[in-house]
Amino acid sequence: MMEAKHIEQQLRGYILENLLFTKDQSVLKNETSLLESGVVDSTGILEVIMFLENHFGIKVEDEEMIPENLDSINSIVSYVQRKRAA
Amino acid sequence: MTSVNKLSYAVLDIDAAAEAEKICAGLREALRTRLHRRGFVVALSGGVDSSVTAALCVQAVGKERVHGLLLPERDSSGSSLELGRTLAEQLGIAYHVQDIAPTLDAIGCYQWRDEAIRRVFPEYQANWKSKIALAGGNEGRLNYFNLVVQSPQGEIKQARLGLNEYLQIVAATSYKQRIRKTVEYFHADRLNYAVAGTPNRLEYDQGFFVKNGDGSADIKPIAHLYKTQVYALARHFGLPERICAAMPTTDTYSMAQGQDEFYFVLPYREMDLSLWAYNHNIPAAQLAESLGLSVERAQFIYQDIEKKRRTTAYLHTSALLVEDVALGASA
Repeated sequence: MMEAKHIEQQLRGYILENLLFTKDQSVLKNETSLLESGVVDSTGILEVIMFLENHFGIKVEDEEMIPENLDSINSIVSYVQRKRAA
Repeated sequence: MTSVNKLSYAVLDIDAAAEAEKICAGLREALRTRLHRRGFVVALSGGVDSSVTAALCVQAVGKERVHGLLLPERDSSGSSLELGRTLAEQLGIAYHVQDIAPTLDAIGCYQWRDEAIRRVFPEYQANWKSKIALAGGNEGRLNYFNLVVQSPQGEIKQARLGLNEYLQIVAATSYKQRIRKTVEYFHADRLNYAVAGTPNRLEYDQGFFVKNGDGSADIKPIAHLYKTQVYALARHFGLPERICAAMPTTDTYSMAQGQDEFYFVLPYREMDLSLWAYNHNIPAAQLAESLGLSVERAQFIYQDIEKKRRTTAYLHTSALLVEDVALGASA
């Protein structure tokens, strides 16, 4: 199983560089709601999904597009781990 | 206003004659003091918003000072043009019909859109129909868009849109609103008129417009009115029954598409009441009772209102400056 730390680093790096335009790790906490904090909007979620699909080789199904899977670094890391293990 | 016990549609009732007179006074005041123009250009879609806007402009400054524009393109419904023409003739205003399809074709609107559609459905051809439909939100999922295509034989296919295809299809179809606005400003400049925009309150508040497209105007006379109230004004003005009774559509995609399918989570009447309730701090439980929905669903509607305001806030802003630029007394 891909290590959680590795997924987290890749994901954080992507969001910080492409969505927040900063290298400052402190602006994004792992448990922060990406939607409620305004880090992503409905288009931003599609960007994150495209990154997950391209980078981790998973397919995000329609029924998996729920906040529990995709709304924070922590929830995305768990989700990607589950998908890759399946 | 928060003291109402039973939330009913009566909260949206207006004195149509008084409201019309108030708006007309505002239109004349704007021409005189801010816009310094001599009349109004209104693009007529055949829908209730643009029809009422035109009727208000006529009442404000007279039919000789209002110019209508009918701007159909390849995917417009035939009835839009017919209704727009009927309205212009009933109001007695001068109008132009300009088919913007050749312009859209030349600029690549249809080609860019179809190229993105074919990345999802390679079999899609120019004689197929298509639309985008909002999905997910009603089932507690994150909002996303489905692309729906229909073959000439009537076969319908649907797939979730990825980021790049979604952005390209929306960008290409937004050419329609932006080219229309370019034509509106040509005629406004030619006639020394102002452009009257036609958003109602739902559209204005929830960001349902194209920036620098239908979102652009010199004045938006009905932006404070809920859609239900716009229909009340339409009846007050005695506009054609087909306009007064029409359901809102986007008239942007070749397949029939209601506004509640593309953008809003509820049909307009319920959406009006929900937005009114939200604006007046009515608890979600009270809204739920009035709409016959669960409290959870009413809470979701409130959250969706907040989310759409947040994500479309930038559509309302003019170009940002890194540093203030003093423009003297008028700044």
